[in-house]
Amino acid sequence: MTKTVAIIGGGVAGLETAKQLNSLGYSVKLFEKSNTLGGHVAKWDRLFPNKRHASEVVSSLTLSQGNTQTLVGTTVSSIKRQHGNFIISANSNNHEADAVVLATGFELFPAEKKEEYGYGLFENVITSADLEQMFIKHGKPAMASGHKPVRIAFIHCVGSRDEKVNRPYCSKVCCVTAVKQAIEVKEAIPNCEVFCFYMDLRMFGPGYEDLYKEAQSKGVTFIRGRLSESSEIEGGRVQIKAEDTLASTPLKMSVDIVVLMVGMSPQLDTSKLAADLGLSLNADGFIAATDLHTNPTETTTKGVFVTGACTGPNNITDTVNAAKATALDVHNYLSR
Amino acid sequence: MIDFGFTPFAAGVTDLDKANLSLAKQITEHEPSFNLCISCGSCSATCTAGQFTKFSFRVMCHQIRKGNTTLAIEEASKCMLCGKCTLICPRNVNTRNIIRLVRKAQTTTP
Repeated sequence: MTKTVAIIGGGVAGLETAKQLNSLGYSVKLFEKSNTLGGHVAKWDRLFPNKRHASEVVSSLTLSQGNTQTLVGTTVSSIKRQHGNFIISANSNNHEADAVVLATGFELFPAEKKEEYGYGLFENVITSADLEQMFIKHGKPAMASGHKPVRIAFIHCVGSRDEKVNRPYCSKVCCVTAVKQAIEVKEAIPNCEVFCFYMDLRMFGPGYEDLYKEAQSKGVTFIRGRLSESSEIEGGRVQIKAEDTLASTPLKMSVDIVVLMVGMSPQLDTSKLAADLGLSLNADGFIAATDLHTNPTETTTKGVFVTGACTGPNNITDTVNAAKATALDVHNYLSR
Repeated sequence: MIDFGFTPFAAGVTDLDKANLSLAKQITEHEPSFNLCISCGSCSATCTAGQFTKFSFRVMCHQIRKGNTTLAIEEASKCMLCGKCTLICPRNVNTRNIIRLVRKAQTTTP
């Protein structure tokens, strides 16, 4: 009899795992709580490092699903172990599965928690995700008044490397996202001055350093210092303060738009499912695998696997790789 | 010998072979969070004293790590202990206690 695998989460991690398990001949049920597939990537305009449209990645994953049974708008409320199998309760229906893959991803750091940055208080303080929506809808950023911005500041590490908001870890991808968005702003509005406030620029992936250099050559100014606070001034503009740490002097400037580079936070719903399944969480709140180095997809609960950003901040490439690895580990488990 | 006009250790060059790092060691012992600074500059940007003087908590810590104790002690006197830097520090460095320890060193240094 064909064995069934339940995958929780229809973002990049879930879609790739589903695709692989499908091609290995399993019956795959993919649960997605929202009404669309693709997760956060589906809400992004273009991707680093090559500015490819995110929709291409999402459609390539959704179009290669074969016989995967995708259940969108379906929230998994509980997962229970029963005689070596799993009973997944979702939208008041029960589904049976031989193995479960958690691919629940992350949620964006709620920027209003950094109250001193003014998100939700000042109309021209936006997040990196808001900026992507502006690119999707209008191809360029605009002030809340509709005016064209002539000065934009990107603030790195919002909800990352910050113990004051219980996010001490680095979210990995925001540095390069800020650099990508800075370039996109320069391309869309060439006379717009663009500033990046950073602590360290973590350009770890292929093509990231090139992107940084491209931003420099396009005139993006990098200031090494963390934002201390922002305040609204006339015309809805925003005054920001930081230390220019390389010059050891306090710095203030006014800008038309402040873009907060929000980090990746653990998905709140996931911790409940993790508790159901007896999984442990890392200190940062993401799900712990059996062995970080040699067994990053298996958990201490037999038949339950993890993949993608529910294990910690990740980019698309690493998530797809993790998903392929997870599919293989599920296959090894089920064919034992 | 021709004088080319430069020496291996000109004034202002940090020489960590000769630096006196005793204050840094003393502070670390009593306040281990002293070592956790990532030089983000939040403390200096938000500093009340820094609005009126050239005081920078971050730079003061940096001077201590380079052994410029006298300079650091001088700097510490500018702090008003308002505590804003403690509230903003993303690494939870106990900035007030570090100021207290530097001032204590001031009274014990001959």
